[in-house]
Amino acid sequence: MTLTHFRFPAFLGTVLRGLLIGLLAVAIFGPLLNMLIWTVTEAWYYPAKLPVRWGFAFWDKVFRPEAGAMRALSTSLVIALLTVVLSLAVAIPAGYALSKRHLPLRSLFLLFFLLPQAFPTVAVHLNIARMFYGLGLTGTIWGVMLVHAIQGLVLAIWIASAAFAAIGQEQVEAARNLGASPLRAFMTVSLPLAAPGLMASAIFVFLISLDEFSGTFFVGVPNIQTLPLTMLNAAMEGNYQIASITALLLLVPSTLFMLFVERFLKADVLASVGK
Amino acid sequence: MQRPTSSLAMLALLAPAVLMVGLLFVYPLGMSLTYAFHNELTGGWDLGNFSKAFALYGGDIALTAGVTVLSTALVGVLSIAIAGYLTLGENQRAVAILGWIYRWPLFIPFVVAAQLMRTFLAKNGMLNNTLMSLGLVDPLNAVSLLDWRGVVITFVWKQLPFATLLICGAMAAMDRSMIESARGLGAGRLRALLEIVLPQVQATVWVALILSFVTMLSALSVPMMVIAGSPTMLTVDMAWRVNSYGDYGVANALGFVSFTMSGVAAWFYLRQGLRDGRPPK
Repeated sequence: MTLTHFRFPAFLGTVLRGLLIGLLAVAIFGPLLNMLIWTVTEAWYYPAKLPVRWGFAFWDKVFRPEAGAMRALSTSLVIALLTVVLSLAVAIPAGYALSKRHLPLRSLFLLFFLLPQAFPTVAVHLNIARMFYGLGLTGTIWGVMLVHAIQGLVLAIWIASAAFAAIGQEQVEAARNLGASPLRAFMTVSLPLAAPGLMASAIFVFLISLDEFSGTFFVGVPNIQTLPLTMLNAAMEGNYQIASITALLLLVPSTLFMLFVERFLKADVLASVGK
Repeated sequence: MQRPTSSLAMLALLAPAVLMVGLLFVYPLGMSLTYAFHNELTGGWDLGNFSKAFALYGGDIALTAGVTVLSTALVGVLSIAIAGYLTLGENQRAVAILGWIYRWPLFIPFVVAAQLMRTFLAKNGMLNNTLMSLGLVDPLNAVSLLDWRGVVITFVWKQLPFATLLICGAMAAMDRSMIESARGLGAGRLRALLEIVLPQVQATVWVALILSFVTMLSALSVPMMVIAGSPTMLTVDMAWRVNSYGDYGVANALGFVSFTMSGVAAWFYLRQGLRDGRPPK
């Protein structure tokens, strides 16, 4: 009997299915639960299975102004917003051009924009840092923003292109036939119709920037402390509580995104990403 | 009425993006590839950086290759299994529960995943505590998983939903009639998955795995936070060479090695496409 012919008796199948799904649930939620416990732990000594003292004492420490976490949060948010503005400013025209299937060398351009995702980034980041050092951009918000924008650009361009491609051409043609200039047709017809897709790409870029680590690590030092770098420092100092609370802060935007993204990113847009 | 916008205008719209990727990615990439062969002492060009990189970090190169290949393979097997069950599963409730569970790590940042695992997999962490409470592990034999195993676990945990989502999407877009008829003729679900579904979504599986492979090769935060000490992964070595010694030569040689690894992965992908007699999508 070969493997593909093998079948379980029905009740064994049910038990096995429950067991496997349960195991996956433990594997996925176990680490998350563990982090949540650490955020409300005041003391946890070996060999206690659970914290010996619970409480919010470390939340005070994280949110105290001198702890730096709040400053890191605002730095992260400012960089993420700037990254979104720059990426969209570049990605909207590019995405619009790429949505036209008669564009010469179209697939070559799509591949070119994929480059930052196709190569391992650390070696590139350390050379960007070296380049930025000569330009006076290391340790500045602008330098970090540029590195983040490069990582976000692929998704921004690909999603923008898909969003424009998903719009029917009839409405644009109608506007043009009524005498609208190409720019006017774009601003009043194409852009509003593509807005939900562009919104989704903005959210993606925002999250990529918020989570970006190695670019900030090389380009941002020593002045720019984003939330991920603050978390790394806390973790390396062995302060599990502060690292876990910072991690939780980083999870908030991602979780909100998970709840809202399906509203912005419609199936027809998703289906044409990268096509 | 078709109004083809002039190609020149289109190229002008693309120019800022091309310029940005060119200046901020392709140029530093070229720098990295060039400086790997540059001897900063003599000012000449040789393989000195590579011999130093292999002598100092040979073990780490092997570890990096092993960890990323193993993690990618595990992501492949598990994502195909989950996507397969989501596509072929007959128990609606189980499918719904599984679909809800598997996505969670998708939007969790790598840094946060590393922090989660750092506490979860430690010797006194929750994993060992739970296994001890269940009597599965003897307290004396409890070991910390904060080494290459921890990195593999973190990578798989983080990348699994991404690969599953892509593969599941491709499976959902398939024509179901072939599955139905095979099932009607008595093929088991495993057989339908392996012999009918999988060949049709092969291109997507490769894309998902290659993107995962490169993402894992690029991760700096995970080995930094999860591995306590040595041997470690190449990204950490690169950061160390630059931050502690200002040694861009060896760092770029290590970068070259990691580019080669992703190049080998891409070559496998292309060869796969050619063997099927059609270009990969």
